Amino acid sequence: MNPDKRGMFGEFGGKYVPETLMTALKELEECYYKYKIDRKFKEELNHYLKEYAGRPTPLYFAERLSKELGHRIYLKREDLLHTGAHKINNAIGQILLAVRMGKKRVIAETGAGQHGVAVAAVCAMFGVQCDIYMGEEDIYRQNLNVFRMELLGANVIKVKSGSRTLKDAMNEAIRDWVTNVRNTHYILGSVGGPHPYPMIVRDFQRVIGKEAKKQILKMEKRLPDYMVACVGGGSNSIGLFYEFLKYPRVKFIGVEAGGLGLKTGKHAARFKGGSVGVLHGAKTYILQTEDGQIRLTHSISAGLDYAGVGPEHSYFYEEGRIKYDNVTDGEAVNAFVKLSETEGLIPALESSHAIAYVIKNRKKLGKNKLIVINLSGRGDKDVQVVSEYLKKNKKKRK
Amino acid sequence: MNRIDKKFQELKAARRKAFILYLTAGDPDFKRSVNIISHMENKGVDILELGVPFSDPLADGPTIQKASSRSLKQNALMKSVFNMVEILRKRKNFKLPIVLFTYYNPVMNFGLKKFILRCSQLGVDGILILDLPPEEAGEYKNLAAKKDIKTVFLVSPTSPAGRIKKIAEASTGFIYCVSRTGVTGARKKLNTETPKLVKQIKRYSTLPVAVGFGISTPRQIREVAAYADAAVVGSAAVKKIEENLRKRNLEEKVVRFVSKLAAGLKNK
Repeated sequence: MNPDKRGMFGEFGGKYVPETLMTALKELEECYYKYKIDRKFKEELNHYLKEYAGRPTPLYFAERLSKELGHRIYLKREDLLHTGAHKINNAIGQILLAVRMGKKRVIAETGAGQHGVAVAAVCAMFGVQCDIYMGEEDIYRQNLNVFRMELLGANVIKVKSGSRTLKDAMNEAIRDWVTNVRNTHYILGSVGGPHPYPMIVRDFQRVIGKEAKKQILKMEKRLPDYMVACVGGGSNSIGLFYEFLKYPRVKFIGVEAGGLGLKTGKHAARFKGGSVGVLHGAKTYILQTEDGQIRLTHSISAGLDYAGVGPEHSYFYEEGRIKYDNVTDGEAVNAFVKLSETEGLIPALESSHAIAYVIKNRKKLGKNKLIVINLSGRGDKDVQVVSEYLKKNKKKRK
Repeated sequence: MNRIDKKFQELKAARRKAFILYLTAGDPDFKRSVNIISHMENKGVDILELGVPFSDPLADGPTIQKASSRSLKQNALMKSVFNMVEILRKRKNFKLPIVLFTYYNPVMNFGLKKFILRCSQLGVDGILILDLPPEEAGEYKNLAAKKDIKTVFLVSPTSPAGRIKKIAEASTGFIYCVSRTGVTGARKKLNTETPKLVKQIKRYSTLPVAVGFGISTPRQIREVAAYADAAVVGSAAVKKIEENLRKRNLEEKVVRFVSKLAAGLKNK
């Protein structure tokens, strides 16, 4: 569905932002509507998606994993894209818009660094000045990506406020945008934030599902029973699911970060552990205290470590169209190892959550089901963190 | 009559401009915060903007961010902000109009209806919600109007004429003109375009126009008073608290600083 005039998906979304940004959001919205139907824009977008990012990505039948779990499991290989994750789809789309709006500078927030790297890459390609906000904690967790961004000519700005993770990087990016809005475009990386971002980012990610549909129909001659993807802000999941939502028999599961477990309070499970509020410009499910302060989140995966979820997900949650569940850090790490061992694929810790869900619920899902999992990114960036985690938890695991 | 309207009427009669002061509630702690505020009316402050601390103040610069976290560390929740207003209003002769300056999430969490009701019961005169533009404010405006609580909206240098009109129509009490794009915080020089913006706002509204963001000296206050109805100082005063956190006479220092700022208008 498309959001209404106010940018609402049902009761979620909207533009809860300081006045200074209202005009820029309107400008972006108008620009997007104009070029969305522009033949030349679409041609250019497809050109870069194909020649620069490496689309279409394969839908890979994971034979050994399938055998082990008793299902037919396909992986949508977004991990094969240039810069290593689905984030590049949106970065290309938005840089094309930024150039058309005549913006000389681009800013972005990043958690895991995948979005930051994607934005840095497209900015390098178009010769646009680029500043990336990243929390100090994430800079430590995802150091490889920091170096990649810098190599691509971006300036990485360390954010030391709050929990020093994605939420705080987003605060700083918005503060920068409020200040430099006239010459700067903010490439938001997920389907969160104020309207029109949730719609624009979703549309640029829909290519994942469009390809997956053709591929699964060709290979299996039928639609999948289940589609599974991790949900941080929610861009890879909505990108994969969107083309299939109109088919009632396909079931969808969005997997959030259960962190150390919901009982510990250290997680990022917005649906099971949160409530409706307003964060970063959108009304949606968030993690908050009794007093309406934003709660600190925890996940081993920097890309899922965020207190809010994209507003359209809140809509689908309440509609019941998408089910949301969560898995813990430990379960995600086990899936990280399992996929590496069975398929020779090292998944991003974010994507490992989706895989972990299927491993954990293999019996609950039934028998011999056709399952498509979004392998939204590759795990090179995470090997350090996982290696440390495994060392630390060696005893517990045995 | 609402204290804000009354204040601007009095000022108009006296041909004076208003000095609006922002302070974060509960900064540096509940007791000292109440104490500082209780002195303000005598020191020339015309309206108080009382900041509700929020964990993610995305329109605020570092000074007010730090004040917010100081307050939150003291557990300055919405309840204690209201408690503070209640204590102040119980004092004799405390007539200072109070505008709550907040982000939307704490308000929504408290319950919009309950929030407005508490404001009206305890003597809050106006509300300014930084991340609630008129488009999202329908219910809020209606509820507030019923209780004669003023809803202050912001105009920014990026607001085109059509929006200025919309904002002017949504506002009651006064209109807050943001002097420049950006977050709150002191600046050496004021934006030379602001007088034009104020003039433009006046085309759509007879409400008083307050100019804020970046004002920190008596001289800048005078500069603003030459073309607007009110000048707002926030971060500069909050910074005084930050600078004197370890001093025993913190309250005195802040009060003295504020009275110097206010004097900038009185001399005129």
